[in-house]
Amino acid sequence: MAKPQLRSVETAPAPAPPAFSFQGVSRRFGAKSVLSNIELTVPQGEFVAIIGKSGCGKSTLLRLLAGLDQPDGGQISRAQTQPGQSSIRIMFQEPRLLPWARVVDNVAVGLTGLAGRAEAKARAHDLLAQVGLAGRDGDWPSVLSGGQRQRVALARALIGQPSVLALDEPLGALDALTRIEMQHLLGRIWQTQGFTAVLVTHDVAEAVILADRVIVLDAGKVALDLAIPLARPRRHGHPDLALYEQKILAQLFGDEAI
Amino acid sequence: MTAGSNRFGAAIGWLLPILILLMWEVMSRLGVITENVLPAPTEVFAAFLRVLKSGDLARNIGVSSWRALTGLAIGGSIGFALGLANGLSLLSRNITDTTLQMVRNVPHLALIPLVILWFGIDEGAKLFLVALGVFFPIYVNTLLGIQTVDPQLIEMGRTYGMDRRALFLRVILPGALPSIFVGLRYALGIMWLTLIVAETISASAGLGYMAMQAREFLMIDVVVLSILIYALLGKLADSFVRLLERLCLQWHPAFQKTARS
Repeated sequence: MAKPQLRSVETAPAPAPPAFSFQGVSRRFGAKSVLSNIELTVPQGEFVAIIGKSGCGKSTLLRLLAGLDQPDGGQISRAQTQPGQSSIRIMFQEPRLLPWARVVDNVAVGLTGLAGRAEAKARAHDLLAQVGLAGRDGDWPSVLSGGQRQRVALARALIGQPSVLALDEPLGALDALTRIEMQHLLGRIWQTQGFTAVLVTHDVAEAVILADRVIVLDAGKVALDLAIPLARPRRHGHPDLALYEQKILAQLFGDEAI
Repeated sequence: MTAGSNRFGAAIGWLLPILILLMWEVMSRLGVITENVLPAPTEVFAAFLRVLKSGDLARNIGVSSWRALTGLAIGGSIGFALGLANGLSLLSRNITDTTLQMVRNVPHLALIPLVILWFGIDEGAKLFLVALGVFFPIYVNTLLGIQTVDPQLIEMGRTYGMDRRALFLRVILPGALPSIFVGLRYALGIMWLTLIVAETISASAGLGYMAMQAREFLMIDVVVLSILIYALLGKLADSFVRLLERLCLQWHPAFQKTARS
């Protein structure tokens, strides 16, 4: 740390240190190669969206990142975390709440091994307020709506102050209006907390409205790596967004008119 | 549903039994049902007062209940332990499950002659039969409950850093609990059934003994009384488990509205 950081030629501001990086990562299931030779470095605090058709390997990439699966080749390196902080949290398409635990206890699951029971409950209470569920601490998950359950799952993922939040199509099962609401919530929380976000999605509009950078995966390779340097908050239906959406769709579908 | 209409719903369940009882009384009084086939409810009630006063009833219910609960405790805890072991460990399941499934297909009451040879007509025989009878429903349903816990929840628990102990206590056991309760309720039915058969064949105390003794002396009212008390005890045990269910499964959508029973 004491070493002076001298960079000779520099035009842009210094990039943040990487939150994680994939170096030549491959993964195959049987004879089928799902990911081949992936090179991807994501600086800390960046919001990356990974998009692609079904079966392009995007969920596999996320599972590798979260350590739920091991690569067959290459290497994944992750930044060190401070004590009391979780390194990576994954949020699934399904909320995966424990039906037999009250909402506040479900959020406290996110502090397993990081904090004691009482502290976990107090922090869970605060976080529920942040995701717009103040006063619902004592409810059973079964009485919540789909969107509310996903908010609880978000609170559970965030309570450990992860350095990386991996989102596996977390809004895919929600209705269109609830999804827009959740996108705003997610964007707002990401801006205040400053974690690195990796969002896997099918929804090009969602990727463009939330991400700093969109990665298009095709047949297990990075087909497009597109920066989206638009100011926030971004509004649905803005013409600038449409421009980026078209670029991504063109990459996904070639020249077929969409 | 409001509390009032719920109480009404519970009360309406007793309407039919009371009606049947009244019909029975009337038919007996009219001589349609003769006394040596089925005595009138009032006579059964008189018999009830008689055995209650003599102290026979309390003693016999005590003996039968002790047998039932001890057998349940022994067979149930072995079934629960093996269900847990085989649900959590593939090795344990591979070693024991085939054997257990084969033994399960032997009707346990078919073992009565053998059991009498082994244990005589002592308490041991009855406890063995009850324990064997309740073992399987509890074993099978505990195992099933653990095997059907949502694997997505287990994966979630792992990604949040739960160790094996936490995973078991916070995810697997609560997830298996509804199924374990189903097993317990099956077991209670089998527990009384087994005990009735065992006590009727050979006993020197207990409700079954009381019924057989009464038959010797052609006291049909006491025979009918014994049968009714068996029914009552069975219902009591079932209600107790339902209460336990309602306490332990508050989270379950089926128990959040008023129970539909």
